[in-house]
Amino acid sequence: MSTETVISVRDLWKVFGHKADRVPRSDELKALTRRELIERTGCTAAVREVSFDVAPGEVFVVMGLSGSGKSTLVRCLTRLVEPTAGQVVFEGEDILGAGKRRLRDLRRHKFSMVFQNFGLLPYRQVIDNVAYGLEIRGASKAERLRRAREVIDLVGLEGYEHSYPDQLSGGMQQRVGLARALAVDPDVLYFDEPFSALDPLIRRDMQNEVIRLHREVGKTMVFITHDLNEALRLGDRILIMRDGRQVQCGTGDELVGAPADDYVRDFVRDVPRASVLTLRWVMRQPRPDDVLDGPELGPEVVIRDAVRTVLAADRPVKVVRDGTLLGVVTAEEILTVVTDVEAVA
Amino acid sequence: MATTTVGLQRTWRRPGKPVLVAAVLLAWVLIWVPARGVHTLGLSPADLTPLHHWLNDVNDTVGANRDSSPFFLYFFNEIRAAVDSLVTFLQDLIAQPSYGRPVPVLGWLGVVAVVAYVSWVFAGWKPALLAAAGFVFFGLQGLWEESMDTLALTLGAVVISLLIGIPLGIWAGLSDRFHKLVTPVLDFMQTMPTFVYLAPLTLLFLIGPASATIATLIYAMPPAIRLTAHGIRSVPRSAVEASESLGATGRQKLTGVLLPLSKGTIVLGVNQTIMAALSMVTIAALIDAPGLGKTVIKALQTLDVGTAFNAGLAIVVMAVVLDRVTTAAGNRVRQTGRAARFRRPLLAVFGVVAAVCAYLSHTYYWAAEFPDDVTIGGTLAKSADSVALWAQQDLSTATEAIKNAITYALLNPLEALLVESPWWLVGAVAVLLAALLGTVRSVITTAACVALLIGTGLWQDSMTTLAMTIVATAMVMLLGVAVGVWMGRNRFADRIIRPVLDAGQTMPAFVYLVPFLALFSATRFTAIVAAVVFAAPVAIKIVADGVRAIPAATAESATAAGSSAWQMITKVQLPMARPSLTLAANQGLIYVLSMVVVGGLVGAGALGYDVVAGFSQGQLYGKGLAAGAAIVLLGIMLDRIARASSPSKGSN
Amino acid sequence: MKLLRLTATAAVTALALTACGGEKIGETPVAGSSSGAAACGTFNLAVNPWVGYEANAAVIAYVAEKNLGCTVTKKDLKEEIAWQGFGTGEVDAIVENWGHDDLKKKYIDEQKTAVAAGETGNKGVIGWYVPPWMAAQYPDITDWNNLNKYAAQFKTSESGDKGQLLDGDPSFVTNDEALVKNLKLNYKVVYAGSEAALITAFRQAEAKKTPLIGYFYEPQWFLAELKLVKVSLPKYETGCDADAAKVACDYPEYVLDKIVSKKFADANGPAYKLVKAFTWTNDDQNVVAKYIAEDKLSADDAAKKWVEANPDKVKAWLAQ
Repeated sequence: MSTETVISVRDLWKVFGHKADRVPRSDELKALTRRELIERTGCTAAVREVSFDVAPGEVFVVMGLSGSGKSTLVRCLTRLVEPTAGQVVFEGEDILGAGKRRLRDLRRHKFSMVFQNFGLLPYRQVIDNVAYGLEIRGASKAERLRRAREVIDLVGLEGYEHSYPDQLSGGMQQRVGLARALAVDPDVLYFDEPFSALDPLIRRDMQNEVIRLHREVGKTMVFITHDLNEALRLGDRILIMRDGRQVQCGTGDELVGAPADDYVRDFVRDVPRASVLTLRWVMRQPRPDDVLDGPELGPEVVIRDAVRTVLAADRPVKVVRDGTLLGVVTAEEILTVVTDVEAVA
Repeated sequence: MATTTVGLQRTWRRPGKPVLVAAVLLAWVLIWVPARGVHTLGLSPADLTPLHHWLNDVNDTVGANRDSSPFFLYFFNEIRAAVDSLVTFLQDLIAQPSYGRPVPVLGWLGVVAVVAYVSWVFAGWKPALLAAAGFVFFGLQGLWEESMDTLALTLGAVVISLLIGIPLGIWAGLSDRFHKLVTPVLDFMQTMPTFVYLAPLTLLFLIGPASATIATLIYAMPPAIRLTAHGIRSVPRSAVEASESLGATGRQKLTGVLLPLSKGTIVLGVNQTIMAALSMVTIAALIDAPGLGKTVIKALQTLDVGTAFNAGLAIVVMAVVLDRVTTAAGNRVRQTGRAARFRRPLLAVFGVVAAVCAYLSHTYYWAAEFPDDVTIGGTLAKSADSVALWAQQDLSTATEAIKNAITYALLNPLEALLVESPWWLVGAVAVLLAALLGTVRSVITTAACVALLIGTGLWQDSMTTLAMTIVATAMVMLLGVAVGVWMGRNRFADRIIRPVLDAGQTMPAFVYLVPFLALFSATRFTAIVAAVVFAAPVAIKIVADGVRAIPAATAESATAAGSSAWQMITKVQLPMARPSLTLAANQGLIYVLSMVVVGGLVGAGALGYDVVAGFSQGQLYGKGLAAGAAIVLLGIMLDRIARASSPSKGSN
Repeated sequence: MKLLRLTATAAVTALALTACGGEKIGETPVAGSSSGAAACGTFNLAVNPWVGYEANAAVIAYVAEKNLGCTVTKKDLKEEIAWQGFGTGEVDAIVENWGHDDLKKKYIDEQKTAVAAGETGNKGVIGWYVPPWMAAQYPDITDWNNLNKYAAQFKTSESGDKGQLLDGDPSFVTNDEALVKNLKLNYKVVYAGSEAALITAFRQAEAKKTPLIGYFYEPQWFLAELKLVKVSLPKYETGCDADAAKVACDYPEYVLDKIVSKKFADANGPAYKLVKAFTWTNDDQNVVAKYIAEDKLSADDAAKKWVEANPDKVKAWLAQ
């Protein structure tokens, strides 16, 4: 919990209902399934005992189906929803203990959020929507217009400054949402399923936009989605949630290569494995009969990118990190993955 | 929650609700046959219960202490003075000779110009032209001064309603607790008959503009509160969250997000408040409120239908003008391009023109007093008279037959069932229905209403009124669905019918009482017809809007599936407009109940007559108050049962 | 620039309009009130909502304004509220009072805010009436003893299998339910609820020649239009209506009177003296009521017409 983490979440609970706080305190209630809990107490547990850390500059994705508690989780991180129990440490400060004023300060300066339904103010022009956060924290008019223009250029909204939100397409509207969040220059950006309301093509565009922005501004991002492909495209690490609990947390290839349980396995079944898994997941120990003078590749090379090399080589390709031989890969292993035969059964 | 209840019921596999309701009703009739006529709790019109006497005493005590109690000296008198001065100021401005001059500060030309200018600024060209034409029409009717008095009083009541109502509405929008607390109070304000509190008001606030204004605003304020709260509550969650996530304070959230985004709904509240205030014009005239109401009441004394109609028409025109202007102001879209560029210079130019007109009307007689040689009021009155006369002479045989048919076939049997049943039987049926259709809460509310109705000592009268209310509401719904669907499907029909509905809603009942009496005699049916005329428009409008709001895609898919027009209506449009139908029934009921008192003036007897008599005779005051309370209780009971039985429980 | 020019044009147009002029307000002095104003001051006159009352009020107000120079403020009020106005000091006089013993007790005896100011000279009659065609066709219907014979004719949708007795304005106390019961009449009282309802009912009954029996009263302007015929009930004798539940006799003749506020009487100004002295006959009132109700004159014009035709009567009031 040093400088290596921006956000550190420990045993976070959010229970909705009457006397919700008794749930995290009772081992008996904690053990119940969601359905049992509702029947016993009338309470709904949206987030149950979630813990994770987010490193600076990381894109951390929380993924789950609807009702899995992911949106509640991200709201707990900013206290838009008040957590029932646990810890959310932000840059070394437990924000659950922050007073109203301090919390407002954090929201004004440290983190901001992009919403699924954009949450734009329809009576304001684009530029005033973008400047809204600055206005709230009391920036002068000249200052906030200057900054708003800057961000508008950054997200590619030049020329739309004086349009109203309802004159823009969904994708453009979300650019406004993005610009508004960026305008306050926060340390962390939270995204709550920002692109699920958009057409697939636009969604792809916007994902690229996020990737580009991440490269350019290098913000830490926490990204909520129900779309596995989106998670895999964007996320440095992915947390999978189900019924309020975290099921697995790891990099994309970890999830695909070593699903924690059947739920995750089911989830990742349709992922084009070749484009996610790296050689690490398919290499085997060299056998005595292997000729070990073939080409070398690193363990983090994605299979898809290795196909050509492996298939072209007439001997096993060596997987090497820092001069150490980790294993070998041959056409057989590659083809198993590429033809999508269940490799890890 | 709703889905889980339904789920549970399914698993118990009990008979469907309609079967059970029918069983309860059948059991009622079966028990009614042997038990009829016992425990009916009748009370003759001249008799009083101890409660009524006690209420009389309370009223007397208040009257006797009026001049000595500090509460009066420092509280009510202060309010009265403030309200009086506001309304008197408005009257001085546009209606009454003032400041030592023989005319008001602004004459007709100035008022027309200023009204048109303000309408143009906030609402646009068309409403502004309508406003100017409407106001000139008052002058042509020969009712300029009366109209301006009415306008002054209405504006006064509306301004105060909004000053109090919008902040309360905001509070109710932000706080669930306050919302729960204030809702029954608003129900009470809207259903308690005005007649009941007119006399006490003049005791508290004396005879004059203050009492009339306060009587008006008691009825007119609830929509402002309700709709403001509703507006605040329906602001999209995402916009509020976005603002919170940026660290907005409560105040910034309110001014930056909640208020701007609920503006449309709040303006609708303003609009409804104005309409409600105008509907009080004639009743307020009973305590010397100046204006058009007086003309109507005076005309009624001599059964002068034409004059009453002329004045009533002025009220309708004022309502339509104010309605269209405020609605257009609420729906106003931003101006862009050319229009926006021309707007600023035009603002200045027209502003100057309006100011000049105002100056002229302040200075010259011709612009101050509406020329009385161009009046068409007399002609209007005469035409109305002859239409009424023709109807009375040539239609009354047919209308008499309709009256008899509905009375004998529908009203009398229903009334017999309700009135001749022992009180415990009706009470049990009501509670059972609430239990079948609703939740524990509706059972408790219904039981409490039954108990309180008995407590008022007016059980039998309540049952008579209930029978009429049910028949009237049924007729309102019949009309609401038939005409509403037609209007919802046909824009042309909508355009033609809507002004007629506006007239039905705002034309004071006192205007058409006499012709109705001639057509249907002094009967319960006349009361029902009057109630339907007043209540059907609102039901029709709600249904029409509901049908129109059905997504085009749904209608399209039904057409694609080869639906006939009839199938379209019964299988798609009505089921999909179901929330609107529920709302229409609820509003229709409230409007019908608000006409109970008017019904008492035309032969309905029962609670309506009790209220009117209580207003007219001191010793019946307590009974009238109890009857007013009984009307409120009937309203709450019917509303809760109706709401419970509808699938979508509106939060509002 | 453009803005400036447009504004200027508008202003010039306006000035041009102003120049074309017309009579200026304030150029001619406002018609001054006569010198009596100071002596009389403001006179708050309640106007109860029926035409007969309005006739009284119109004439009194006209004389007070024209002859005494009072500033008369007429207040349109129901009786109850008008009486209440004595207490709050907002009403000076009621000039046609029908009985209202309960109000007299409350305001004159108990609160002592009102005092009686003598009779108006009008006699009020209350009773049961039938339209003229019925009286002509069934001459014996005007005797209550024969009413049961005709009960079937009076049946309506409201009265079930009994005859309908149409009762009236809720402002008036009626003994009709008790009368029907105690005279053993096969009738049901149906509450029309307003004077307008009663008049319309009688009008239609005469026009369509349909049977109708109902509560009515005189003096009333409608009787000039349609001479209703009164049904005789058992004769009124003092005290026969003492117990409301046991009443079995006709209504008494009401002596209509005037009530004023105590303050108004104590000040003993000219307006009070006029109210106290005012008296006229049923015929006088009917004439003025007819001007208002049928000839549709304004109250003021109706009063003027009568006053100009009856200078002696007015002079007599003022002489006292």
